[in-house]
Amino acid sequence: MQWETVVGLEIHAQLSTQSKIFSGAATAYGAAPNTQACNIDLGLPGVLPVLNKATVEKAVKFGLSIDAELAPRSVFARKNYFYPDLPKGYQISQFELPIVGPGHIDIVYDGDSKRVGITRAHLEEDAGKSLHEEFPNLTGIDLNRAGTPLLEIVSEPDMRSAKEAVAYAKAIHSLVRYLEICDGNMQEGSFRCDANVSIRPKGETKLGTRTEVKNVNSFRYLERAINYEVERQIDVIESGQKVTQETRLFDAAKNETRSMRSKEEATDYRYFPDPDLLPVDIDRAFIESVRAELPELPHEKQQRFVNEYSLSEYDANVLTSNPEMANYFEEVVTAAEQPKLAANWVMGELMAALNKENLEIADCPISAAHLGGLLQRISDNTISGKIAKEIFTMLWHHPQKTADDIIEAQGLKQVSDSGAIEAMIDDVMNANPKQLEQYRGGQDKLFGFFVGQVMKLSKGKANPQQVNELLKKKL
Amino acid sequence: MLSPDDVKKIAHLARLNMDEADIPAHQASLSQILTLVEQMDQVPTNGILPMAHPLDATQRLRQDTVTETNQRDDFQSLAPQAAAGFYLVPRTVE
Repeated sequence: MQWETVVGLEIHAQLSTQSKIFSGAATAYGAAPNTQACNIDLGLPGVLPVLNKATVEKAVKFGLSIDAELAPRSVFARKNYFYPDLPKGYQISQFELPIVGPGHIDIVYDGDSKRVGITRAHLEEDAGKSLHEEFPNLTGIDLNRAGTPLLEIVSEPDMRSAKEAVAYAKAIHSLVRYLEICDGNMQEGSFRCDANVSIRPKGETKLGTRTEVKNVNSFRYLERAINYEVERQIDVIESGQKVTQETRLFDAAKNETRSMRSKEEATDYRYFPDPDLLPVDIDRAFIESVRAELPELPHEKQQRFVNEYSLSEYDANVLTSNPEMANYFEEVVTAAEQPKLAANWVMGELMAALNKENLEIADCPISAAHLGGLLQRISDNTISGKIAKEIFTMLWHHPQKTADDIIEAQGLKQVSDSGAIEAMIDDVMNANPKQLEQYRGGQDKLFGFFVGQVMKLSKGKANPQQVNELLKKKL
Repeated sequence: MLSPDDVKKIAHLARLNMDEADIPAHQASLSQILTLVEQMDQVPTNGILPMAHPLDATQRLRQDTVTETNQRDDFQSLAPQAAAGFYLVPRTVE
């Protein structure tokens, strides 16, 4: 039978605030355990949560960027369950009345664009962390993360493959970084994805029983986890069994998912409105003040790159995948005035070098101005593309130098003086009489040999176009 | 009427230790609460917004500034067990 994959994602984006969602404790990552967990985060008796205004602004900002309906009144609810890293015995979340209602985002995937529905996004607090390895027979609890603000973004089950789900996750990742509402750091857990995965016979419209895959902290793992889960569900159904609705954990080392907790406990959260918090009212003026701060969004920037710089959709998509990359590219364009050349170099040489050393664009040793300076020397024919690559490597290792410094110091300037090139051609012809005779005897393919010899003699500096022309004349 | 199993499940979800002997009494009193709710179900509520809070007020918002200092030692002096800065609890995984 032909099966269709159906995926919906729940993304937890940690909102980049100074303080927690309901307390004045700091949210900085990496502090000593429990030094940023105050009496509210610990759920001590008699304390009251007070909502952080910045979290509401960031949620509204997100809602506006996905064209969502914003709830004029949203309500916080208690989600009840017991776990040591949740000291109150409930998580403060939103249930019936989330702050962000239905919206959508367009994703570009394999050259196609597709609209993915976003069901809702709601504010909630994060739980603490459990450490199982350090203490024999005990679990250590660090509550620094407890109370950190999260925006949980729930998609419709609109994705039809693991790759599509990854494209959606990347689009949301890019969006929250453009909006500067989340730093997007997946290693530190600032951006986490849970995937709801089900399968159904092709052509069926009813959804199959889904499983929820948790603990996926990279896009690569997300793809692997969904693909594994789809194969597993097909096996279960084709062997005559039924898929159980459950939460499963992705184990990256073993490349598999496994059952995490039984559903009878997991599904009975007994939500009810939190009496400690009043309904949150958002008025027009507040929304408009947030709207006024909206930056250029990824899809808008992409469109502008296509229009303004005549880039392909694909190039524009890659270059706008994160705001730092887009800014870097635009600075190179400003310096070099050659958008297509700049795009090729940023996406080619530069990205390859960054990937090789596992660096982000923010840590790039070559400044955008210096790269632009190098590209200028290509476009004004001072150097060839080949020499430019060598200079690029030198710039990488000597960030304080400019391309002009290196060209000057190493005498890399392209030789365009036809007298000098002709002299070199004469030398090559004299040194290779046999090949010359064969060429003149009709072996045309030896032309390339002569080009190569002249370029070699010039140490790559001769202008290749001129070499070609002059050789044709002289041979 | 709630069954004894319902009562046990509710107790488990709330992490309450319940004596077998007390179950019939809880069964009766919890069921009475549900009967009361059933009565309220008959009140016509069309066109009435559900109330999220008994106070007719809206949430005040706090500025995003750090106002709390580290008081870990004081908090951990209340905990049954703590070490190396962590609160220690019975092991939660096998």
